[in-house]
Amino acid sequence: MSGHSTYEPKYAAERWLDKRLPIVRFGVDFMGFPSPRNLNYWYAFGGILTLCLMAQIITGIILAMHYTPDVDLAFDSIQRIKRDVPFGWLLQPMHAVGASMFFLAVYIHMFRGMFYGSYKNPRELLWIIGCLIYLAMMATGFLGYTLPWGQMSFWGATVITGFFGAIPVVGESLQQWLLGGYSIGNPTLQRFFSLHYLLPFIICALVGLHVWAVHHVGQNNPIGIEPKSKSDTLPFHPFYTMKDAFAIAVFLLIFALFVFYLPDALGHADNYQRANPLVTPPHIVPEWYFLPFYAILRAVPDKLMGIMLMFGAIGVLFVLPWLDTAKVRSMRFRPITRWFFIIFLVMGFILGWCGANSPDDIAIPIGEHGMSFKWLSRIATLYYFAYFFPILPIMGWIEKTKPLPESITKAVLSGDA
Amino acid sequence: MSDTDKFDEHGSENGEPSRRDFIYIATAATAAVGAGAFAWPLVTQMSAAADTRAAGSIEIDLAKVSEGQQIKVLWRGKPVFVRYRTQEEIDAADAVDVANLRDPQSDDDRFVPNLSGVIDKRLLVMVGVCTHFGCIPVGEQGKIDPMGAFGGWYCPCHGSHYDTSGRIRQGPAPTNLPIPEYTYISDTVIKVG
Amino acid sequence: MLKSISKTFAAIAVISTSLFAGSMVAQAAGGGEHIEVQDWGFKGPFGTYDRDAMARGYQVYKEVCSSCHALEHLSFRHLGDKGGPFYDAEYPNPNDNPVVKAFAKDWTVERIDQESGDVIDDTAIPADKFPDVFPNAIAAAASNGGAVPPDLSIIIQARTGGADYLYALLTGYESDENHDGVYHNSAFPGGAIKMAPPLSDDLVEYADGTKATTEQMAHDVVEFLAWSGDPKMEVRKKVGFATFLFLFIFALLLFMTYKEVWKDVEH
Repeated sequence: MSGHSTYEPKYAAERWLDKRLPIVRFGVDFMGFPSPRNLNYWYAFGGILTLCLMAQIITGIILAMHYTPDVDLAFDSIQRIKRDVPFGWLLQPMHAVGASMFFLAVYIHMFRGMFYGSYKNPRELLWIIGCLIYLAMMATGFLGYTLPWGQMSFWGATVITGFFGAIPVVGESLQQWLLGGYSIGNPTLQRFFSLHYLLPFIICALVGLHVWAVHHVGQNNPIGIEPKSKSDTLPFHPFYTMKDAFAIAVFLLIFALFVFYLPDALGHADNYQRANPLVTPPHIVPEWYFLPFYAILRAVPDKLMGIMLMFGAIGVLFVLPWLDTAKVRSMRFRPITRWFFIIFLVMGFILGWCGANSPDDIAIPIGEHGMSFKWLSRIATLYYFAYFFPILPIMGWIEKTKPLPESITKAVLSGDA
Repeated sequence: MSDTDKFDEHGSENGEPSRRDFIYIATAATAAVGAGAFAWPLVTQMSAAADTRAAGSIEIDLAKVSEGQQIKVLWRGKPVFVRYRTQEEIDAADAVDVANLRDPQSDDDRFVPNLSGVIDKRLLVMVGVCTHFGCIPVGEQGKIDPMGAFGGWYCPCHGSHYDTSGRIRQGPAPTNLPIPEYTYISDTVIKVG
Repeated sequence: MLKSISKTFAAIAVISTSLFAGSMVAQAAGGGEHIEVQDWGFKGPFGTYDRDAMARGYQVYKEVCSSCHALEHLSFRHLGDKGGPFYDAEYPNPNDNPVVKAFAKDWTVERIDQESGDVIDDTAIPADKFPDVFPNAIAAAASNGGAVPPDLSIIIQARTGGADYLYALLTGYESDENHDGVYHNSAFPGGAIKMAPPLSDDLVEYADGTKATTEQMAHDVVEFLAWSGDPKMEVRKKVGFATFLFLFIFALLLFMTYKEVWKDVEH
């Protein structure tokens, strides 16, 4: 996919195969892919995410063998998996916790890309494919959360599918088409199950494109300058396979901590109650990985506006490569914008915090009353969008960046990489 | 490139196992152990779950069957035949030369003694699944079903004939109709499975 | 340079995690009702259930709670599972466990008569699930002043605060007084509950001689319900410990491999 091949078949059989299907050549070139020699641990999350996707697909296929997508049976079938299916007590939490771990890894992966400017020319499409993967992950996560058919499943699905009802003119019929009825019911559960099984394979295809793109343009690196000579790169295997493998093992330790000791910590007690269309839980919240967007949704008093803003918060990521006008990629050489980015990160967490709380509760006590979560989320939302526009384009024009090193090798040897 | 070459040689530059070799082998071995341990749950999850296994035994009241009759009871998703055999059927089963059978088994061997240690040859309990490809043989006394050439059961799928003891006599089936694991828990009630 | 950036990231990660954790705790404690944290033996990475307390708790459930509350995800055989309250190493198959069989016999389940096809009442066997108390939610509400008694098999998981909440609820009645069937309970969200105080001293008689105070019974039944909600907790923690040990060694070996591979590369 990049450069010319280094593979030389030794045996007749290898040559025979190579002439007909160069799969070994592909593998050898793939593993020998020249990678910048200064990649740090933040670059291990691509490998970690591949592992997450595989783990989710394997445990998901297994759960589908035991799960029943029927409103009367779904909730019980999850309990049966945990109690009676051999190792179900392990596989079910692996899948549920795995979703959270997947999002944790993808957020770090995205922030890493934003910090080191990995979306910039010529990696715009690589970034956009990544955004599509993220979008597909969100859809998969949402559909999957509906399947246990607990209270949060049901009401989460009700709220989210309600978005479509807000679309002018066609909204109501669109929503009915989506649900297969007037409200969330058995047809909805069955189609959500089908789509939840389908989407991961679409993610796989997108990941294929993502990896293809990264192999075509080459990996970015913490100092954001392109490798110029052979000494600037190392073959992916064994250097980064081993570094990634170590990072994966550490990541698995965190994963295992949740699966074995805190399997319910990332979930919500209400989802241990069977879905009840007559009673809404007093405090509905989405899974933690949707909380920032939930906060943006609630920051606006208008239904349609809130939804547009929420989707806009994801949509703006797609145009990020063109909003950031700076010539320099890495924030390491952008002394002021770096701080805007760090504030952006903090605002993301604040939005998550707001999303987890009731809008009218007090977030920051000031004097007699203080600032409610609603107002805090408004400020954070404002900054979220302001970061993309106008902060990034303006900073790109006015900021005086630090001088870039001559080459990756020089930076490495001088200890600056 | 030189770095890769070193790796490919596994570090044994002087021909002796080095620290490098040891680390690589230990890591690879640990990875293999981990993969094996992780594969185990992924494979065993498909075996019968606790609720399925718990439902795997049933009780049958033999007093419900009268002479010449047969009942079918569902057990583990398959029919169990309980046949109250007539004296002629018992005699016919006994008269067979066991040595000439495809799956040699005497009629007596196809029963479980009751609580008093006696074999009641009138009550034949079998799994009613043809040993060829799993169809259910027909052959109930007093019905128009063909009972096969040996007065017992006949499998309509591929033409296996079973005698009055449920033993294979003619056709493609390799073995006799199986006898399930069962025990008497009272004079007339058996527990299957 | 690298160090300072890494430190910044680390600092952000720490701050955000604590912010997030803080908000989770705040959420858990929300509602303002008074829930005292108890010292449960099943908490912590090595915590296990107290078998005697669970067995007593089953008695409390059977004699007190079961008149209104179902255990819909539990079968009788579960009581004799490894880690269950009546596990007996002599009977690895809980369906053969005589104690479990005897308990199952105490209950009546509905079956289809194999001859007439009628629905008949029959004594339960270990493979049976605990029977429903009410035929449906409407009937349950109608017989209980409009409030549906919740299923108890996963009640600990289904309530914020878990075991502590349930213990606080069971011991949170100050008196038997009620207004139109509504009682005051200091743990229940809003303070007004339709369940009459279920426990009172010496309501049951424990076979092992333990004095049946309200607190003791509440403790025992919570222990039983904690098990019923998460029956695989003990094996999960054991496997978890082994997994941790393995991953720790594996990570260490991978780190050494990584260092070996990179030994001659300056980076």
